[in-house]
Amino acid sequence: MTGISFTQESQPARPTGLLAWLHLDLPLLTGLMLLSGVGLLILYSAGDQEWALIQRQLVRLGIAFGVMIILAQIHITHLRRWSPWLYIAGVLMLVAVIFFGQTGKGAQRWLDLGFFRFQPSEMMKLALPMMIAWYLAEKRLPPKRRRLLAAAIMTLIPVLLIAKQPDLGTALLVASAGICILFLAGIGWQLISLFAVSMAALGPVIWFFMHDYQKRRVLTFLNPENDPLGAGYHIIQSKIAIGSGGLTGKGWLNGTQSHLEFLPERHTDFVFAVISEEFGLIGVAALLALYFFIILRGLYIATQAQDTFSRLLGGALTLVFFVYLFVNIGMVSGVLPVVGVPLPLISYGGTSLVTILAGFGILMSIHTHRKLLPT
Amino acid sequence: MGRIIVAAIIVTLTLLLLLTRMLYLQVLNHEHFTTLSLDNRVKLEPRPPTRGLIYDSHGTILAQNLPAYSLEITPEKTPDIATTIQALSEIIPINEDDRKRFKRLRQQRRRFDSIPIRVRLSDEEVARFAVNQHRFPGVDVQAKLLRDYPLQEQTAHVLGYVGRINKQELQQIDASNYSGTTHIGKNGVERTYENQLHGSVGLQQVEVNAKGRVLRVLENQPPQPGENLHLFLDMDLQAAAMEALKDYNGAVAAIDTRTGGVLALVSKPGYDPNLFVEGISSKAYKSLRDSLDKPLFNRAIRGQYPPGSTVKPFIGLAGLEKGVVSFNQQTYCPGFYQLPGHEHKYRDWKKTGHGQMAMEDAIIQSCDVYYYELARTLGIDRLHDFLTTLGFGSRSGIDLTGERSGLLPSREWKRKARREPWYPGETLNTGIGQGYFLTTPLQLATATATLANRGQRIRPRMVESIDLPDGTQEATLMESTQLSHVDPEHWEQVIHAMQLVVEGLRGTARRIRSDHYSIAGKTGTAQVFTVKQDEKYDEATVEKRKRDHALFIAFAPVEEPRIAIAVIVENGGHGGSVAAPIARKVMDRYLLEEARQ
Repeated sequence: MTGISFTQESQPARPTGLLAWLHLDLPLLTGLMLLSGVGLLILYSAGDQEWALIQRQLVRLGIAFGVMIILAQIHITHLRRWSPWLYIAGVLMLVAVIFFGQTGKGAQRWLDLGFFRFQPSEMMKLALPMMIAWYLAEKRLPPKRRRLLAAAIMTLIPVLLIAKQPDLGTALLVASAGICILFLAGIGWQLISLFAVSMAALGPVIWFFMHDYQKRRVLTFLNPENDPLGAGYHIIQSKIAIGSGGLTGKGWLNGTQSHLEFLPERHTDFVFAVISEEFGLIGVAALLALYFFIILRGLYIATQAQDTFSRLLGGALTLVFFVYLFVNIGMVSGVLPVVGVPLPLISYGGTSLVTILAGFGILMSIHTHRKLLPT
Repeated sequence: MGRIIVAAIIVTLTLLLLLTRMLYLQVLNHEHFTTLSLDNRVKLEPRPPTRGLIYDSHGTILAQNLPAYSLEITPEKTPDIATTIQALSEIIPINEDDRKRFKRLRQQRRRFDSIPIRVRLSDEEVARFAVNQHRFPGVDVQAKLLRDYPLQEQTAHVLGYVGRINKQELQQIDASNYSGTTHIGKNGVERTYENQLHGSVGLQQVEVNAKGRVLRVLENQPPQPGENLHLFLDMDLQAAAMEALKDYNGAVAAIDTRTGGVLALVSKPGYDPNLFVEGISSKAYKSLRDSLDKPLFNRAIRGQYPPGSTVKPFIGLAGLEKGVVSFNQQTYCPGFYQLPGHEHKYRDWKKTGHGQMAMEDAIIQSCDVYYYELARTLGIDRLHDFLTTLGFGSRSGIDLTGERSGLLPSREWKRKARREPWYPGETLNTGIGQGYFLTTPLQLATATATLANRGQRIRPRMVESIDLPDGTQEATLMESTQLSHVDPEHWEQVIHAMQLVVEGLRGTARRIRSDHYSIAGKTGTAQVFTVKQDEKYDEATVEKRKRDHALFIAFAPVEEPRIAIAVIVENGGHGGSVAAPIARKVMDRYLLEEARQ
């Protein structure tokens, strides 16, 4: 770690007061709150001005921010110690889902624990990067080939289990978490290019194993106009919403594509199209700037981390957040196939909200507990 | 550390890439997507105009629009149509014809159009459905204006009717103007004046949601209702003619000699035009179509009959005008006529013969031999020439569709149609209105009007005036031509002879003489069944449909004519006894105020 000079500089500016006492990072917190606020504003419009929807989302945000604050209190060394156990528990639960899982929306994702329903794949979004970070941080970086292979297998096990449910979106996010850590761990560029080439070669193989509805999504992505009223409908209507928004948008609550119900999934996965329609390119740019700020702050925190585990985990969690953003906007704007990934902190829905903010809780823990360590 | 910076760069570049994509969609292709978005939400809904009304000359309504309820199914919104219809039939009677019409219409319409399964619901049926409506998604009661003909068969052949637009018509009409219209004039006045009666479509710009529900009206351009028509037709005369025809099949055409306006145009039997408005059942249609009485056939303008003796005044006039005969020149009638050098005997209706005949007597007593001789002297060419100027052999040009031209034979016609030369004997038959010679009742009435007007030929017309959108009335134009080279003396001589047909002691129509006004007329009898050379026509032994047609033409008053009329009674026998009284009743209605009461 080469960040000693940074630590020395920031030492006098050590924050005090409630935020410091709660181990919260002010810039990150401000960004996340702003984003959630914008999200509620959009949801009010996308959900046809239904207060009940806003109230439910507020409750979820409350829970998610609560989880974030709790995680921020936990010292990173504890988290590191729990990593392998969390991972093993997660894998076991994923296996359990296959045998005892609840089916919903054509996929088996839920585990009924009696008092509440739990989605183990969601936990994996945190447990996997923690596990890989823990494993790779044991030895000097960059990792040796044998350890890389082990890390790849550790990533592949939950990814395959999740993909089998089938939940392509989550599998993609979990896989990206693993890949991000390997990337941050400094694997060689030759390996990276080899990986890229082999992924391209694996394409047809993956195609062979895909479910029909997944194949259809890919085909639709390649040419949505082939089936304008069926599978292509989502993407066509979404592009119309975005394009008709123009530079300045149609104004809040004035989106015709959304309010006249042409745009499907408008308060969940396709909420970005509502933003684009009502606030235009200017609104989109502002929103992307906000995301960009949060991502940069996350990456900055990673650079400031005092141990390898924290640095790898912090960087990976931030990058996964970015992958969310990229996949969702890419899908809604028609540059990526339709994959069920929500727009982080804005899409209506609770499960991913909790995971994302839990990740930021860990990031805050990394940043705020740092100074308590002897340097 | 280094890798995080690389990651930050990748993030930045990727976000810029997404921003570029947004720029592409939102700025570069903004117009394209705005159009698509508008197409999504804004729909143009046509608002059909209300069809114009039709009145007779006294303002009696002949065609109107009445609100009617129909039960309609929208296939797109109805999960199982067969079960739905079955369930509906348990609360509202639906018969086989209703089902057939539904099936037929369903093939022609789009999935989201509503299609009637039952029409003309009673109030009770509407109420019964309303209570059960929740059970039938996609089914609803629609109120709309249906064309109604209150006088039913009295006006059927004149007005025609409207019916649902069919595929052929769809290709001919202005699709945008008819976008909300379901019905179109099929025949009669309804068809000729379709453009005036229809009006112009209105347009409503509405905002719809993804399910097609109309949320609000953005712009409204109201339709311009169709124009009302006022006919010359006088329902008093029309009814009198219908009534006077009794159970006979036949036709009456009465024309106002001063305007060419059609006062009465009857073809019997008629039919109820209301049956056709919402689609007639195939069974009812078959029985109308296959009836031997041909109720769908408009005899007044499409029926082609030999004019028989009614043509004699016109032939006489031809002889005078062409200068081949003088009014008092005599011909001897022995009861038959033979062409020089031929064996064949052309018979007179009076076997014993009329003796010495001049033109006046020949018209009054309807002597055939006189006209055989006159026709031979004239020759077919001059005969054809003169009768053509009176309108025989061509359509009168009345504002109704489907008029037939009759047939005025000529050398040329025979060469073309039959590939045979003209035989002299055929000239004789033409001279007494037999042989190939065919006329329509309207043609006879028009020629009679021309005679009454002493050579002024007026085109007959149904519509007197049209109510314009600005509240004024526009009268239709009278078209008339004056026949050239007319010697008034000849016309008065012939007219006087016709007056004696009614008022003379030996006139064939003397029984209809009126004390109140003078009548000029001519009876006629047209053979349906050809009697062989040596046989005798006996009314009693000939079956009804082979009996002669009775004809009568007349105009009145003689001095200052106001009405010209032609009557044909199919299988009625003698013109004087059967057809003439009908004409008298119609003329009485028109000319005698007290008779109207």
